[in-house]
Amino acid sequence: MKIWVYIDHFKGEALPASWEALGVGKTLGDVSALVFGSGVDGVAKSAFEYGADEVLLADDAALADFRAEAFASTLSKLASAQSPDLILFPTTTRGRELAGMSAIDLNSGVLVDVIGLEADGDKVVATRPIYAGKLLEKTVCNAKPQLVTLRGRAFPKPEQKAGATGTITKVDAVPEAKTEVQGYSTSEGGVSLTDAGVIVSGGRGTSNNPALTPPGGMDEKQAEIWKAQEGFKLVGELAKVLGGAMGASRAAVDAGYIPYNHQVGQTGKVVSPDLYVACGISGAIQHLAGMRTAKVIVAINKDPDAPIFKVARYGVIGDMHKIVPALTEAFRKKLGK
Amino acid sequence: MKIVACIKQVPDSAAKVVAEGGKVSWGDAPLVINPWDEFAVEAALQQKEAHGGEVIAISMGNENSKEALKHALAMGCDSAILIADAALKGTDTGGTARVLAAAIKKVGGVDMAFFGRQAIDGDAGITPAQTARVLGWPMLSLASVITVEGSKAKVERSIEEGRQTVSADLPAVFSVVKDFGEPRYPSFMGIRKASRAEIPAWTLADLGIEAPTKVVDWPELMNPPSREVTCEFIEGSSPEEIADKLADKIIGEKVL
Repeated sequence: MKIWVYIDHFKGEALPASWEALGVGKTLGDVSALVFGSGVDGVAKSAFEYGADEVLLADDAALADFRAEAFASTLSKLASAQSPDLILFPTTTRGRELAGMSAIDLNSGVLVDVIGLEADGDKVVATRPIYAGKLLEKTVCNAKPQLVTLRGRAFPKPEQKAGATGTITKVDAVPEAKTEVQGYSTSEGGVSLTDAGVIVSGGRGTSNNPALTPPGGMDEKQAEIWKAQEGFKLVGELAKVLGGAMGASRAAVDAGYIPYNHQVGQTGKVVSPDLYVACGISGAIQHLAGMRTAKVIVAINKDPDAPIFKVARYGVIGDMHKIVPALTEAFRKKLGK
Repeated sequence: MKIVACIKQVPDSAAKVVAEGGKVSWGDAPLVINPWDEFAVEAALQQKEAHGGEVIAISMGNENSKEALKHALAMGCDSAILIADAALKGTDTGGTARVLAAAIKKVGGVDMAFFGRQAIDGDAGITPAQTARVLGWPMLSLASVITVEGSKAKVERSIEEGRQTVSADLPAVFSVVKDFGEPRYPSFMGIRKASRAEIPAWTLADLGIEAPTKVVDWPELMNPPSREVTCEFIEGSSPEEIADKLADKIIGEKVL
């Protein structure tokens, strides 16, 4: 089976899910890594260290910014000429778009956000979650190349072997861009939810601290949001001491407590961390769909009947405003931070 | 400005979805407009309000999907088109993109086509980009802010690393994320208008295309393995004692 793996990077910094995809490719055979961009020798070098046998490198000033149209045309032209059986991508915003467009060019299909992959001759059978993980489907692509995007953190990251090298084959860019990137602003730092090994999330319960008195002059809604933001500070401090990211339930986002990019669940981000701590989250079915594959789930909630306890390994029935800061302090001591 | 909003009808996000005899079952949960598509309709309506013109809602599906289209009409879309054809059963995302692109061409003179970021049933999230590719139009995906001046559109979009500002010439395809802002509720007048609306149904013959080849197949559906977890409740006489015990338990799991 002729296998290619697309290495997704941002300004020369590869996303971890790219290396996971490379690792999956290597379990099936020899892998050619696709590195597209401008001045991306560093990415090519890392690709060898993570196991690539060859790098197909399109290094062109026209590819300096990821623009789906140009990247798809570059990939499609290359695939038409060299007929790979399988092209793997990480399921990132760029990976999805690139795979989708190339599939149109190549008259093939994409198996998206796959969490399990088996070879069957020179075909693959993929397992992917649908309905936010409420169901799984086995799925196949009956044309070549088979395009597959792999979910981050669903497959192990291969070991990096410093100094490993291989052949770099230069390939042509097809710089037919239809969009123009005018600027970036990075998000407010911290760890991205989908890459995070630890996530601490807050829900509606963040606003229920009876011990707090909001500053004067606030109406009821403002006071509620102010209280919730105080609650989320506690959530954030625990996330920080654990080196994790901060999440939230849809109820907390819809109530205006915290921006949407923190939302975990069916209409937010689907996450799969090693540890998920739910603070003041009751556990609506849409939320559970977004975090149920976490390895260890811890729930802190006042209501002993909250559905979140049905998926939790450890539970505390109590006031998150007391338990969460105490837990932060306990970890600070035990982890020596 | 001629604007299209592409929408899908899906089981409500609160539905308990299970695999039964190899088929998806959502019990008696209602079918609704895909929640992400409400943001697409909202974005489309705001462009009409800013620049004039009309918004046409399009859905590919069976007769049932008229309900989702009626929701879009009730929100304020001017007209709706259903694309229904027995030959479209089990169409994959690429096929859906080819059909939607053909419909957008048949509507004619479209400047902007809006999509939600993904459908909450299939969760693939690639139909917008594939439709743009079939049309040969630029894709402005995951947009939270959209501005149009003359024949140029500019969006702020959300990617893993933060926010990016990207521009392109119209016509273009847009996908919209929740950061765009709350979609409006259907008005009373809107609901009345929608209930009386005649929604034409276009077939593949009307679009002048053959049924797209089905490339992706999904031969097997499964319920996910159930999580065999029993919750161990941590108790103690003070928050500090509980926290101390809980921290030890978590450290013992070796997940940090």
